[in-house]
Amino acid sequence: MTRNVTKLHPFADSAPASRSDDPTWLSALRQDGLRRYRDAGLPTPRTEAWKYTNLRRLSRMLFQPVGSSVEDVSVPEDRLPKLDAYRAVLVNGRYRADLSRLDGMPKGVHVSGIADVLRASPAKLEPLLGRLAVHEGKPLADLNTAYLDDGFCVFIDDGAVLDKPLHLVSIGASSGTDPVCFYPRLLVSAGADCIATIVESHVGDGAYFSNGAAEIWVGAGAVLNHCKVQVEGAEAYHIADTAIHLSDRAVYDGFVFQSGGLLARNEVYASLDGEKIECRISGAYLATGKQHIDNTTFIDHVKPDCKSREVFKGVLDGTSRAVFQGKILVRKDAQKTDGFQLNKALLLSTGAEMDSKPELEIYADDVKCSHGATVGELDADALFYLRARGIDLETARNLLVAAFVDDAVGEIQNAAVREAVSEMVQAQFAMRNEDEIDE
Amino acid sequence: MALLEVKNLHASVGGKEILKGIDLVIEPGEVHAIMGPNGSGKSTLSYVLAGRDGYEVTEGSVQYDGQDLLALAPDERAGAGLFLGFQYPVEIPGVTTMNFLKTALNAVRQYREEKPLDAMQFLKYVRERAAMLNVTDDMLRRALNVGFSGGEKKRNEILQMAVLEPTLAVLDETDSGLDIDALKVVAEGVNAMRTPERSMLIITHYQRLLDYIQPDHVHVLANGRILRSGGKELALELEEKGYGAITGAEAA
Repeated sequence: MTRNVTKLHPFADSAPASRSDDPTWLSALRQDGLRRYRDAGLPTPRTEAWKYTNLRRLSRMLFQPVGSSVEDVSVPEDRLPKLDAYRAVLVNGRYRADLSRLDGMPKGVHVSGIADVLRASPAKLEPLLGRLAVHEGKPLADLNTAYLDDGFCVFIDDGAVLDKPLHLVSIGASSGTDPVCFYPRLLVSAGADCIATIVESHVGDGAYFSNGAAEIWVGAGAVLNHCKVQVEGAEAYHIADTAIHLSDRAVYDGFVFQSGGLLARNEVYASLDGEKIECRISGAYLATGKQHIDNTTFIDHVKPDCKSREVFKGVLDGTSRAVFQGKILVRKDAQKTDGFQLNKALLLSTGAEMDSKPELEIYADDVKCSHGATVGELDADALFYLRARGIDLETARNLLVAAFVDDAVGEIQNAAVREAVSEMVQAQFAMRNEDEIDE
Repeated sequence: MALLEVKNLHASVGGKEILKGIDLVIEPGEVHAIMGPNGSGKSTLSYVLAGRDGYEVTEGSVQYDGQDLLALAPDERAGAGLFLGFQYPVEIPGVTTMNFLKTALNAVRQYREEKPLDAMQFLKYVRERAAMLNVTDDMLRRALNVGFSGGEKKRNEILQMAVLEPTLAVLDETDSGLDIDALKVVAEGVNAMRTPERSMLIITHYQRLLDYIQPDHVHVLANGRILRSGGKELALELEEKGYGAITGAEAA
C-alpha cells in the first residue's frame, strides 16, 4: 500500500548552482544529494529514526541561506574548551584562514578549507568526499551535500603524529535579524598508523540552523581521538551527521558533549569495516528549559574480532527533552564481536522527559553484546548524606549531578581534552545556577 | 543548660508510629548509650535528630544548644554542630572522599563564621586525623565509600567526625560489621574526640562497643520508649540477662 504524503523540503530551493569550473563528479554529487533530499523530504516523526525528534518548528522557520561572508566575527574563547591546540575556524560553514592558527603543524598533517582543496587539487577529494555521508535514510546529510562547497579538510599522512589536539571551531552568526542556515562540512582522512586528537566545537549567537555532515576515514592501525563539543546558542538548531569508516586495528575514541541549541541532534554512524578494531563512542548531555537534545548512534560491526563501547550520560531539567537511540548491528561475519552500550539519564524536574531506544541486531552467533538504560532521579540517600555533613541542598545537588556526568566524561582518552570538557561541564552548572539566582 | 533536651518525642515513618514518647537529656561532655533490640526505634531516633525526610515528628520537642532542632534543615543541624555517624554510609561514585571532606568542612566552617581552609591547610588538617584512623591517602583519593570494606566505611565515618569536630555526635551502630581490630581503631578514634564540651550519643545493639567507649549513662529503648536508664553497669546487666529480661518484665 502506498500513501501519498505531502513532503516538506524547505531549504532546497536555494541550493547553489554548480559553477562551470567545478569538477563533474562534484556537480553530480551535489545534484544527487539534492535529489535524495527532495525525494525523502524533511524527516517527520512518521520515520522511525525521527520518532522522538520533531522538526516541525524548524520547517516553519524562515531561514535564509548565508549571503556574503560575515566579517566582524571573533572566536568566543570563553565558551570553548580551554585547550593548547592548533585551531581552524568556520564561520557559517565558510573556512576562515584569518581566524585559524595552524602555525607549527607537524609534517604530514594538512588542515585547510574544502573550497581551497577543491580549487587546488580536487582529485584528492574525489574518492573520499560524499562517499561516506551518502547512504539511505539521511536526508539532512543529503541536504548538506547539496550545498557542499566548503568546510574543514584534514589529511593526516600514514604514520604521522599530531603533537597537540586540532581544534575545529564552527561558529554560527546571524547577520541582523534574519535567521540563517548553513552547512558545515568536515572531511578527515587519517592515514594508516597515524595518531591524532581532533576536537570539534560548535558555538554561535542568534537564531540559525547548522546542518552539518562529517566524514571520517580512519586507516589501518590509526588512533583517532575525536571529541565534539556542541554549545550552540540558545536559539540555534543543530543537526549533524557523522559517518566514520574504520579499517583493521584502528582505534577510534569518540565523545560528544551537547548542552547548546534549542533543538540539537547528533547522529553518529561507525562502520567497523576491518578486524580487531576498537570503537568507543560516548557522550554527555545537559538539557534545560525547553531544549531538545538527541543523540543517535549506529555501530555497524562488519568484520570479526572488534570491540565497541558506548557510555552516554545526561542530565535533564525544566521541560527539556532528550533522546538516545543506539543501534548496534552485528553482521553475519562479525564473529567474536564485543559490544557494550549504556545510557543513563538523570531527571531533575518532573517536566523533563527522556526517550531511550537501544536496538541490538545480531546475525553472528559467537558474540558478546550488552546494553542498559536507566532514567532516574537524584539519589535521596546520597543527598541526605551530604546534607548531614553541612552541605546545603543546592551544593549537594550540583556535586551529585556533576559526579554523575563526570563518569561519562571519564571515557575521554586524551587527558587534556578530558580535563577541558570536565571544566566545561562544571562551568555550565555554575552558569545555570547564576541564571536561577538572577530569576 | 543541657546540650540536648528531648521531650515526649513521637515520630512516625510512613504513617506508622515508631517513637512513642522519648525523653532524654544530654549535658555537655556526657557520653550516653542507647541500647535496644532490632526494631526498637534506635535508628529512627538518630534520623529524626539528623532531620531525614520521611521521618515525621507528631508530638514533642527537641531543644539543641538553646534552639529548636526540629526547625532546622539537615545541613543547618550539621552547621550547628550535630553529627550523625551512619549505620550504612552511602556510596557516592564520582565524588572523591577528599573533595567531599573539604566541601563539608568548609560548609561547616562557614556556619561557624570561620574562613575556609585552602588546599594546603586542608591537606595537613585531614592527614593528621586520617593517620589516627588508619585512613590511607588511597582511600582519600577514591570515590566516597565506593568499594570500601565495612571497616573502611566506619573508619571513614569517624574521620568525618574528627574533621567536622561536632558538639554532639550521634553514632548509629558504628560497631556493626566490624571485627575486633577494626572496632578498637574506631573506639580509639572516638575516645580521642572526647572533651569536656563534646557530647556523644552512641546507639548500639551490643554491649561490646561499650567495653571500649565507656558511657556515662545507658538507656534501654524498646518499642519506641526508653524503658530503663542507668549507669554503665546497665549495659553489663543487659549483656548477661538479654533484652527479654527487661522488656518482658516491663511489658508484664
